[in-house]
Amino acid sequence: MTPMIAVHQLVKRYNGVAAVKGISFDVKEGEIFSLLGPNGAGKTTTISVLSTLLPPSEGDAAIAGYSVARQPMAVRRLIGVVPQELALYEDLSARENLLFWGRMYGLSGRDLHRRVEEVLALVGLAERSRDRVKTYSGGMKRRLNIGVGLLHRPRVLFLDEPTVGIDPQSRRAILDSVKALNAEGMTILYTTHYMEEAQELSHRVGIMDHGELIALGTQAELTRQVGQCETLLLHIGEAEDPQALAQALQSLPGVQQATATDHQVAVITADAAQVLAPVVARAEQRGIKIHSVDIQEPNLEAVFLHLTGRGLRDR
Amino acid sequence: MKPILLIGWKDLQVTFRDRAALLFMLLAPFLLTLGLALVSGQFSEAGRIEQIPVAIANQDDGQLGQALVKLFQDSTLADLVSPTVVADPEAARRLVDQDQAAAAVIVPAGFTASIVPDDGAAPPAETVAITLVTNPARPIGAGIVRAIVEEYLSRVETGRVGGEVIVRQLVETGRLMPQHIRAAAPAIGSRAVVAAVAEPALRLRAATAASGPADFNPMAVMAPGMALLFLMFTVANGGRSLLAERAQGTLPRLLVAPVTAGQVLVGKLLGTYLAGVAQMLILVVGSALLFGLRWGDPLGVLVLILAAVFAALGWGMLLTALARTPGQVTVGGAALMLIFGLLGGSFVQFGLMPGWWQALSHLTPNAWGLDGFTVLSLGGTLADLGRPLLGLVVMGLALGAVSLLLFSRRSPEKQL
Repeated sequence: MTPMIAVHQLVKRYNGVAAVKGISFDVKEGEIFSLLGPNGAGKTTTISVLSTLLPPSEGDAAIAGYSVARQPMAVRRLIGVVPQELALYEDLSARENLLFWGRMYGLSGRDLHRRVEEVLALVGLAERSRDRVKTYSGGMKRRLNIGVGLLHRPRVLFLDEPTVGIDPQSRRAILDSVKALNAEGMTILYTTHYMEEAQELSHRVGIMDHGELIALGTQAELTRQVGQCETLLLHIGEAEDPQALAQALQSLPGVQQATATDHQVAVITADAAQVLAPVVARAEQRGIKIHSVDIQEPNLEAVFLHLTGRGLRDR
Repeated sequence: MKPILLIGWKDLQVTFRDRAALLFMLLAPFLLTLGLALVSGQFSEAGRIEQIPVAIANQDDGQLGQALVKLFQDSTLADLVSPTVVADPEAARRLVDQDQAAAAVIVPAGFTASIVPDDGAAPPAETVAITLVTNPARPIGAGIVRAIVEEYLSRVETGRVGGEVIVRQLVETGRLMPQHIRAAAPAIGSRAVVAAVAEPALRLRAATAASGPADFNPMAVMAPGMALLFLMFTVANGGRSLLAERAQGTLPRLLVAPVTAGQVLVGKLLGTYLAGVAQMLILVVGSALLFGLRWGDPLGVLVLILAAVFAALGWGMLLTALARTPGQVTVGGAALMLIFGLLGGSFVQFGLMPGWWQALSHLTPNAWGLDGFTVLSLGGTLADLGRPLLGLVVMGLALGAVSLLLFSRRSPEKQL
């Protein structure tokens, strides 16, 4: 069976610098596939190439068998794109935006108007549909941004970090919408640097870092890579030096890896309960006060930490 | 084609919802026209215009040709016009071409005889017409000369009709026998016509002054000047919107829709073009209704507007192709608007400027547009707009071609 998205040795360079370095993966029809990685990992560039916005430098990708490099118009008819940045006409109303974009995708007449009403209801903007977009809150704009992408019932929907910078309620609404769309059979490629979103939504996850796909699989498959390890997350004060604490903990017996992030130190260990007391004692020896400790089961954050030695939100 | 129309219409909607843009596109030209007219004293313009150079080539050996020359040389018109009598029509045309005359008046041979036949001669089948060659760089001066000539011709006609009435009355009262009409009528007619054109020039001057404001209302020059000035704002604003689409993220969204990049670009240009045409039409209709301006032949005005917006769009495209950010287009557009306004005659009459200035001015759509609007306001029609229309269309095509070349050289990454 032909995969809905097939990416083969895809390379994209900007002025000779590779932003995507020969990645390959497939996405099956009806699947939610997440690309997880920190900012600058190459997720948006990958979506830009897959949506035909940018030509690949090397390799190719196909959507439903159509090459993004050689058959871009065929690809464009199949896909919907929700870009990371808002892409709306702020002097037009939500309804006018949807009507314009719907017509651009060939919708017309009753079908167009019915679809606009459906999408307005789906994104919760029916009551404000005639107001200019410039009067909307950030969350409302985000929801409309998504509505535009799925208006024409695309077979494949690309969502590029759709929840960046919005309130928890809007985020929840967006995640629920994504699940609902997938339940209707839509194939979704979702990029995020929020581990929780990837875990909640995805059938499979690809982890990207520095333009490379460093891991790929289901959540269970990925967490298996870090074994049965747990993560001790130590929260320290703003004045403390997390790097110094991480270095001090690295040599403790039972500690596999200690990594400093913002006001936190993540310690990967096979037995969190066993190393907790020595960890706290070593911190006290160094005069560093630990405010609180979380013990996390194996998750995608731990996988990324294990593979790169950095947190997902580190720069 | 449909995506192009959709994008064009959407842009027109967006433009006419932008209050700041509307202020510049519509309100500012009206206010500036009104302000400049008040400052310059719109109805005292004739008092400021002095010594209008006129070339006269009189090839008529009759009384009427002489009378027209004398009229221009009359002391009562000495302050207003400065006539130069030349030997032949070519010399007169040359003076206009060299901008040494606001107009040339050419009286062809047989003019008098075509109106008042010699004794015993048969009445002419067709009247010989006086030729008036106007200088588009001196619209007001040329207009005043035209008014003087028209007034003169009106008197000629009055005298001719008067002569016929006199002859008829003499016959009806029995003071002239029908068999003597053929011999006496030319002399009577001639005397009546000559008497009509030889009336005191003071009356003619008053007539010119009275008819002047109606025919040569300075607002008729200022209004198109301001409209063309702010047309540059509109096309720059259109260019800014193309880069704004990039900045606001809608350009990438358009480029992943099932349309080509060319359709997106043409759609954007169409939107700007429609906005420019709408702006010009609103200003023309508005000034006609508010200020009573007569723009001239409606078809000519419409075609001239279409051509002027096309040429201005070329400059807008070039500006956009050279700029990288909406801010650069805004700043560049404002500079271009003012430079073109100054150079192209929106603020200062061409006629007052040196020759090199006038030559340079025709790099701007303003100058060509003003040439055309002047022709129309002086009574010309679409058929008389060949030169300005050609100038505007060639300018639009040339600038458009250069701009498209520059656009096509940008890599996809730089277009986003």
